[in-house]
Amino acid sequence: MTELDDTDRAIAQALQRDATVSAGALGRQLGLSQPATWRRIRRMEEAGILAGWRADLDLPALGLGVTVFLGVKLATKSRVSLEEFERAISAIPEVQAVDHVLGRYDYRLRITARDLADFERVLRRRLMTLPGLGDIEANVLLSEERLPGPL
Amino acid sequence: MLDDQDRRLLRQLQADPSLTTAALAARAGVSAPVAARRLEKLKAAGILRGVHRVIDWRALGYAVEVSLRITLDKTDPGAFDAFTAAARKVPEVTEIQTFLGRVDVRLSVIARDMAHWQQIYRARILALPHIAEIEALMRIATIKTDPGLPI
Repeated sequence: MTELDDTDRAIAQALQRDATVSAGALGRQLGLSQPATWRRIRRMEEAGILAGWRADLDLPALGLGVTVFLGVKLATKSRVSLEEFERAISAIPEVQAVDHVLGRYDYRLRITARDLADFERVLRRRLMTLPGLGDIEANVLLSEERLPGPL
Repeated sequence: MLDDQDRRLLRQLQADPSLTTAALAARAGVSAPVAARRLEKLKAAGILRGVHRVIDWRALGYAVEVSLRITLDKTDPGAFDAFTAAARKVPEVTEIQTFLGRVDVRLSVIARDMAHWQQIYRARILALPHIAEIEALMRIATIKTDPGLPI
């Protein structure tokens, strides 16, 4: 595990807020040279800390008005059924995220659709037809915020 | 309001948010100045809210991720706001979503290990106001995470 100092944390936090800020501009804010800032960014990338990138888009404005979180319980739970289910569920384009979880449900899904009618189509034609599906629960997303976390 | 060029740019940006404007322009088949101008307009309109670096908390030693499904006591009209305001102050909370459904609020909470989780849960989470019911789903594995929305 890589230990971060306060400067690393400040850099990671700034890039989490806005990934488009240049190493030069970031360095000036923190009293570092551009190459020194760049080296710290590279080090955090190589350690897998700065892992990915995310574009934050206003989905309803793009015609994707409904996001639903679905809790799914499987009726049968052999290793084969888990793998089959995971393969089938991952192939559905509207299914944005799949987490295998422990608790009341076996999987947590994030589904984005054009509207409720479109979501119903995905639910009926793609999800309910999957083999081994047990109890499911749908919650429609109203608002979402991401926080910086313990940096 | 959005035309094909806008959508092409956003689609490419979504597929790889680390691209520079010039690279994005080339992939979307528009000139770099046009791409820059259009992205500025999309930002001003609030459709492109920003590009963020994503931190992999596991690389920083946070091995536990719990999805907390919370039902609030809605007899108090200020319950939602009071709850989310207090949840924002817990550093280990990385996401807050509100829902229409059986669950009112979902929190993503990270911890270093189970002992750390127990400490956060008891000292910080159970101290949040207006909780009527709380249920935890512990993440075992992420099966799919795909921002490739049909825009």
